[in-house]
Amino acid sequence: MFKKFTKEDVHTQTNVKSSVQRALKAKLVDEYPKLESVIGDLVPKKSSVVLYRCEDKIQLYAVDKEVMFYQNFDELLPALRMVHMHPSCFPRVQVDRGAIKFILSGANIMCPGLTSPGAKLPDEDWPEGTTVAVYAEGKENALAIGKLLMSVDEIKKVNKGMGIELIHYLGDGLWDFNVD
Amino acid sequence: MSEPVHVLYCGECTLPVEYCEFGKTLKKCKQWLHENNSEQYNKLYNSEAPAQSSLSKEREAEISESLAKMQLKEERKQAREMRKLQQEKILIKRIPRTKHKNIIAISNLDQFDIDMKKLAKKFSSKFATGASVSKNIEKKEEIIIQGDVGEEVEEYLIEMLKEKGLEGVKVGIIDEKRHLRKKKEATGI
Repeated sequence: MFKKFTKEDVHTQTNVKSSVQRALKAKLVDEYPKLESVIGDLVPKKSSVVLYRCEDKIQLYAVDKEVMFYQNFDELLPALRMVHMHPSCFPRVQVDRGAIKFILSGANIMCPGLTSPGAKLPDEDWPEGTTVAVYAEGKENALAIGKLLMSVDEIKKVNKGMGIELIHYLGDGLWDFNVD
Repeated sequence: MSEPVHVLYCGECTLPVEYCEFGKTLKKCKQWLHENNSEQYNKLYNSEAPAQSSLSKEREAEISESLAKMQLKEERKQAREMRKLQQEKILIKRIPRTKHKNIIAISNLDQFDIDMKKLAKKFSSKFATGASVSKNIEKKEEIIIQGDVGEEVEEYLIEMLKEKGLEGVKVGIIDEKRHLRKKKEATGI
């Protein structure tokens, strides 16, 4: 989504009203329940939240000049810097070492990269469309945010083709996006 | 779990330091880390244990080879661009307005990855005059500063280029339409 994202794609920038800010927080907690304990730190009451409306109906939310969330259509998705700060709050999957290179150039993740010995998938079954933070073998931090194209059980069973659609990765347009 | 984790980001490629090896500027990243956080540097690049991996040795070698190739390519590309930039020249024009008043136009700045608007703002506060970005006849952007501050601008620009490591770039001042003005004065008498 952000492979070719630049400053020119930003159309307007507006401050978010505090009432909208409150609704935003509620929505965040709703989507990522584990965030509840840290939401106060994440979006402090007196902070200024800025909304950037961009090309292709992408919306970015920046808290105190740091892009924290973005929205495409209805779903709120976390930015990677934010995932690095609170790693335990998001569902995680792990890919093997061979896949890192391709992910960092923006490729979607294929099933074999998720099922091989170096990779880790959760034991429980997550449905299709779940937002996941992608980690890598031997690395501590997340390297991408993606969305499941199949449910976890299906990935394990089919083991072929695309498993995760990549949304945001280290070094893409959003990562390099600077507020001022 | 509520405590936020602070991740160390590389000053060169902005990725978390452990991902530098997959970036395009590994050499510079290594240097940066060595200077800024030698503890992490030793952990990442000097430890005896190889990176844990489930892949076979051949695959591992393949990956590192293609990475090295990419890094070399990137390095060459950067060197080439640097050389190209070194040959560029920044033009500072002094354009007369009335008899004793001049404005300064700086053009050919766009190649250097400079935010023109910000620079104009900086000049306007530095020299306490108006400064703006506008398009010139060739449809290229230039900075216009009100007032005769050519030498100061030149000094500042050279300093700025030095910081960016572009010492070879020439900065030249040109007086525009001087002969035209003289003619006017001659006929005016």
